Amino acid sequence: MSEGVLRILIVDDEAPARARLRDVLADCAAEVAFRIVGEAATARAALELLGSVGADLILLDVRMPEMDGIELAQHLQKLPEPPAIVFTTAYDAYAIRAFEVHAIDYLLKPIRTARLLDALERVRSAHAPTVQALRDMSARAPAFLSAQERGRIHLIPVDEVIYLKAELKYVTVRTAEREYLIEDALARLEQEYPDHFVRVHRNCLIARTAIRGFERKSADGESQWLVLVNGCEEKIAISRRQHHIVRELGRQ
Amino acid sequence: MPSINQNAYTSALPNFRNLGILLRILLIVNLCGIGAAVLRAPTLAAAWEELIGISAVLQPLLIVSLLVLVVLSRALQRLPYFLGVAAVIAIVLVLTGLLTVFMFGSGRETVGVFERYAVLVPLTTGMLLAYFNLRGRALSPALAEARLQALQARIRPHFLYNSINAVLSLIRQEPRRAETALEDLADLFRVVMGDNRELSPISREIELCRQYLEIEQLRLGDRLRVAWRVDNMPRDALVPPLVLQPLLENAVYHGIEPRVEPGEISIDIYAARNQVHAVLRNPYSHDGTHHGGNKMALNNIRERLQLHFDAEATLETRVGEDTYQVHIIVPYVKAKAL
Repeated sequence: MSEGVLRILIVDDEAPARARLRDVLADCAAEVAFRIVGEAATARAALELLGSVGADLILLDVRMPEMDGIELAQHLQKLPEPPAIVFTTAYDAYAIRAFEVHAIDYLLKPIRTARLLDALERVRSAHAPTVQALRDMSARAPAFLSAQERGRIHLIPVDEVIYLKAELKYVTVRTAEREYLIEDALARLEQEYPDHFVRVHRNCLIARTAIRGFERKSADGESQWLVLVNGCEEKIAISRRQHHIVRELGRQ
Repeated sequence: MPSINQNAYTSALPNFRNLGILLRILLIVNLCGIGAAVLRAPTLAAAWEELIGISAVLQPLLIVSLLVLVVLSRALQRLPYFLGVAAVIAIVLVLTGLLTVFMFGSGRETVGVFERYAVLVPLTTGMLLAYFNLRGRALSPALAEARLQALQARIRPHFLYNSINAVLSLIRQEPRRAETALEDLADLFRVVMGDNRELSPISREIELCRQYLEIEQLRLGDRLRVAWRVDNMPRDALVPPLVLQPLLENAVYHGIEPRVEPGEISIDIYAARNQVHAVLRNPYSHDGTHHGGNKMALNNIRERLQLHFDAEATLETRVGEDTYQVHIIVPYVKAKAL
């Protein structure tokens, strides 16, 4: 984070809430040097903006449609230099308790100038919330996986994932369009989405909804089962230990 | 739909640890004793001696019985009502038996005395229990009143703080809109914090709903669309205050806020066959990001409807493909002067 002018991004789904933040920020102008680099009404829009403009601080609403602030914050941690985050919330006893527990900075709406000033002055020394802390706060598994490519975050809706394959240090995420590399562990993903994916191999999880059928292949006297999937031509081998899923899923 | 009579008064044994109840029992049983003495004595003057004779058995029996009942009170309360009644009568009978044996020995004469008491004691006990049960029933409207007060609709704190925040954002740029919004907010809270035990005209409820949605519109803008179909509404129909507003609040919270795209809330109100119908619909997505809290408001309204209209009112919810619908039917009760 560069010293000097603080670049701020405002993210809130409600226009009046964004307007109010702008007003209160304006009141802080005498004390803190900052520049508002943009405003976003959704988490997706915020990520897009972050791809084109840099920000040192995001003032981030917790409750938003499609993707809430907590999930956005998780994806942001994938950036090489993630911006600092100060959450804003009107009323959410659960989130507030969690913020306190994890020492994450937050502002209660309506936001007071003095309190905002405090947060702005602390930003440069504040430590970023850990991904684990943010995960603990989420009531449900994120609806998106995220991949970082050249300083930008790509969101991959979990519903669109065909399979996940563990590589050396990464996990390959395959969708109908393309492949992404994410830094994650297959075991963790399996745990996070137990109803969504099924393990067919030590290094591969397949989306249950993507499975089209099974095919038996014999080579050198050894027979093997392959999974046929919707959306891509690839056939994925099922390991001997996972053969039972052919029976289980084939029946449905 | 859950049974609407779940809150009807349930029969219960009196609380034997209550001093008032003990005094009532003492008084009633002694009055019965006096009655018996007058009936049995050949002349009124002889009744006094008869009463002393009766009291010799009655007073010890009464006191011992009450002591035992006080001790066993908790255990008896836990039994189902009819078992409890049977247990109380059995306890009193056994004590009568023990007492007669203790006082008159175990001769032939004792059996005669016990036989008569074996009829009189259960009779008196049964009548007393019936009296207390009826009394409890008669007093239960007071309980209903207390419940109504506790059930007064509450507004989500979430709404209050977000609204205040929205109004604050208007003050600098659009002071006039801020004024209107604060006036709406004041009206809404006047009703929410007021006494809502009396029915009020549906037209007033609709006015309140409009004010509520105005405030929500302020912060949600184009995302919130409202379709009112209330032209045929029976304006003089009486409904419990704040019966629709919390449902709209649910509709906004669960139907509009979780969506990025605009969504429509529709409100239909009409009368049919001496009943008033209110149908509220909002968009609904099955992925279920925001749950909880919904049931509480619904149960609250259901219970208030029942306290006002008993089984004549119904509240039904239906989850469709992509809509959520609440349908309320209440009897068409007209306001007297309007």
